[in-house]
Amino acid sequence: MSNGVFDDVQVIPPAEVDDVELYHAHSFITKYVFSQDAKIIAIQYSATAITIGLVGLVLSWLMRLQLGFPDTFSFISPDQYYQFVTMHGMIMVIYLLTALFLGGFGNYLIPLMVGARDMVFPYLNMLSYWIYLLAVLILTASFFVPGGASGAGWTLYPPQAILPGTPGVEWGIILMLVSLVLFIIGFTMGGLNYVVTVLQARTRGMTLMRLPLTVWGIFVATILALLAFPALFVGGVMMLLDRVIGTSFFMPEIIQAGELLGTDSGSPLLFQHLFWFFGHPEVYIVALPAFGIVSDVISTHARKNIFGYRMMVWAIVGIGGLSFIVWAHHMYVSGMNPYFGFFFATTTLIIAVPTALKVYNWVLTLWKGNIHMTIPMLFCVAFILTFLNGGLTGLFLGNVVVAVPLSDTMFVVAHFHMVMGVAPILVIFAAIYHWFPKMSGRMLHEGWGQFHFWVTFLGSYLIYFPMHYLGFVGVPRRYYEIGETSFVPPSAATLNEFITIMVLIVGFAQVVFIINILVSIFKGKESGPNPWNATTLEWQTETTPPSHGNFGDELPVVYRWAYAYSVPGVDADFVPQNMHPDDVKGSGSADDPSGHH
Amino acid sequence: MSIFHELAKKPWLINPAEVEGVPPPAAFFVPVGKVGLRVFLVVVTVVFTLMLIAYGDRMLFSTWRPMPEPWLLWLNTALLITSSLAMQWAKSSAKQGNSDGMRDGLLWGGVLTIAFLAGQLYVWQQLVDLGYYATSGTANAFFYLLTAIHGLHMMGGLVAWGRSVFKMWRGGAVADLRLSVELCTTYWHYLLLVWLVLFAMLLFS
Repeated sequence: MSNGVFDDVQVIPPAEVDDVELYHAHSFITKYVFSQDAKIIAIQYSATAITIGLVGLVLSWLMRLQLGFPDTFSFISPDQYYQFVTMHGMIMVIYLLTALFLGGFGNYLIPLMVGARDMVFPYLNMLSYWIYLLAVLILTASFFVPGGASGAGWTLYPPQAILPGTPGVEWGIILMLVSLVLFIIGFTMGGLNYVVTVLQARTRGMTLMRLPLTVWGIFVATILALLAFPALFVGGVMMLLDRVIGTSFFMPEIIQAGELLGTDSGSPLLFQHLFWFFGHPEVYIVALPAFGIVSDVISTHARKNIFGYRMMVWAIVGIGGLSFIVWAHHMYVSGMNPYFGFFFATTTLIIAVPTALKVYNWVLTLWKGNIHMTIPMLFCVAFILTFLNGGLTGLFLGNVVVAVPLSDTMFVVAHFHMVMGVAPILVIFAAIYHWFPKMSGRMLHEGWGQFHFWVTFLGSYLIYFPMHYLGFVGVPRRYYEIGETSFVPPSAATLNEFITIMVLIVGFAQVVFIINILVSIFKGKESGPNPWNATTLEWQTETTPPSHGNFGDELPVVYRWAYAYSVPGVDADFVPQNMHPDDVKGSGSADDPSGHH
Repeated sequence: MSIFHELAKKPWLINPAEVEGVPPPAAFFVPVGKVGLRVFLVVVTVVFTLMLIAYGDRMLFSTWRPMPEPWLLWLNTALLITSSLAMQWAKSSAKQGNSDGMRDGLLWGGVLTIAFLAGQLYVWQQLVDLGYYATSGTANAFFYLLTAIHGLHMMGGLVAWGRSVFKMWRGGAVADLRLSVELCTTYWHYLLLVWLVLFAMLLFS
């Protein structure tokens, strides 16, 4: 059998597809500042997200300093501690993770991976970034206004969020809400782009089921975000009105110091429902792109096709759907109807099924693979472990009887940091080490990468593993200091000191990582166009980094799925998606991994 | 081609028909603007649905005090229906290549919409004069919120409408304008539908 499987098939002549008209930049400003090129926008998004993420990181150091060494730092007051908690949470979840996965990786990878010249609405895409930047600046400004940033906790529960006594009630909360509303408007502009580009701008041959899982993850996450962010938008606008003009959407009748405030029988619980109707899908808005990226990176670095591609796609879609009916498991202690708890505990356990299926498939992809322990692969393996870990404590907390005593303890903090803090961040690192060569044409430094990986991975476990035990003995979360509490043993304080020291060490490793990036942009080893021998389209561009328009004169034509690694009978251990069947060398066929026809 | 059929495909098997003849034609024959607008309308639907759910939830409270419905709202509704009809007229004229019809339809659609918005503001003024402030009752607050968000969407539509009118005024050909007129019309019909639902909810409260 010859290598061209299509010998006996009449080749259908290519359909004429109109090439899109590209936007042409004329000056430095329109090319690199107000750019409409998705790749530049991606880098702008990423740089902004990482910068504000570093602010969030520093806030976590300050919080940990207070928790590890209470009564030591006079510059951290209780009010400030709450402001740090609030801003750290909000920055990390929304302005770092959501923006980096969707605005950063989404913008960079979607057009390249689906074989498009650019996003379908480039102007809207540019606007999306600038509104995001404005939202970040407004959020940052809240540190400097009278009263400081909001200290309402990242969930911003009313009525306390907008009542005197909560730090930042003067201006901080207003700026926070305005910033969130702007973020959502900006995101919606970007989100329309991601969805429509995946649907409408795929190149010839790129069917939905040939999309790399990265694109599937980002695509479904974007749909989730488009459907979930409106809930935060509505909640945010209503709370803003409560705070600024004195409506009572969420404000019950309140007696303060013996006097009735002017509020009128609003419903605080309504806000919690709105918030978590956004908040739970948000977990998957962050997780699904991570799932997709991990699948592709593992497959590439294990030189093996992803195990159960169809199942992986279905699981992504299934998780996306289920994520909308689990939100109230965040509200078991809110005073809602207890029967709701039964329903939401059940759905929460059900969502573990497709998620576990994905974990099995990653492990089975590694099984008998030709595993290259590169830095991206190390981060992916670490992700699988961490996600499993955080996911299992999620099963604990999904049950009402376990959640009630554990909620408001450090156990919850440990759980969600494992599952949606550390796990997605590990994937972000994997993705940066994996795609940095395409973005810059240079490799990141391997030795520093090893240092960064081991300190981050082991350090994170040394931070969060002990934290579960703190939760078990009843150390509460959100407390500035617990002092002498009868049920908390003195060893908890020692453990807290240890955790704080680990936080500072892991933080230092991130500084090394940033330096690695900055140095490697200019001095890194040249990577060539496809250093990992990957199959997907972004590695097959004419120039590296890809020029404006991505693919030179002609768009690529896709002949197979994204996972043609180690195909039996083919000489090379990978066959790019756009390689014509006649060009595949070897005795077998690139398009039949089973090796028979 | 159903989505389920698509999702059931096995991409690792040979499928010669898909080598050259894909992607599925649907992907290229619907203009991206149309798909983009539809996705956007889904997002807007979620926004309004959530607000209406919150509204319905609060209506069940014992402290709910409904507010009056000024008769002017009926007139505004009629204005909005007429503007939607005018946009439809513009759209079908554009399809037939009738530039006069398109121009008249578009202009009337915009003018009637501006009249609708002015009418809504006047209703606000009336209610404020009667002492129905946003702060003096949840029903009032919801009324102002829902009408304001609807009005803002209407104004966003007017921006797109303004762009089309500007292009037309600069002598744009009917063929070039057809898509934008069509998208505006879809958006107008959609916002009319939203308004009818909102209005019905307000009447029922």
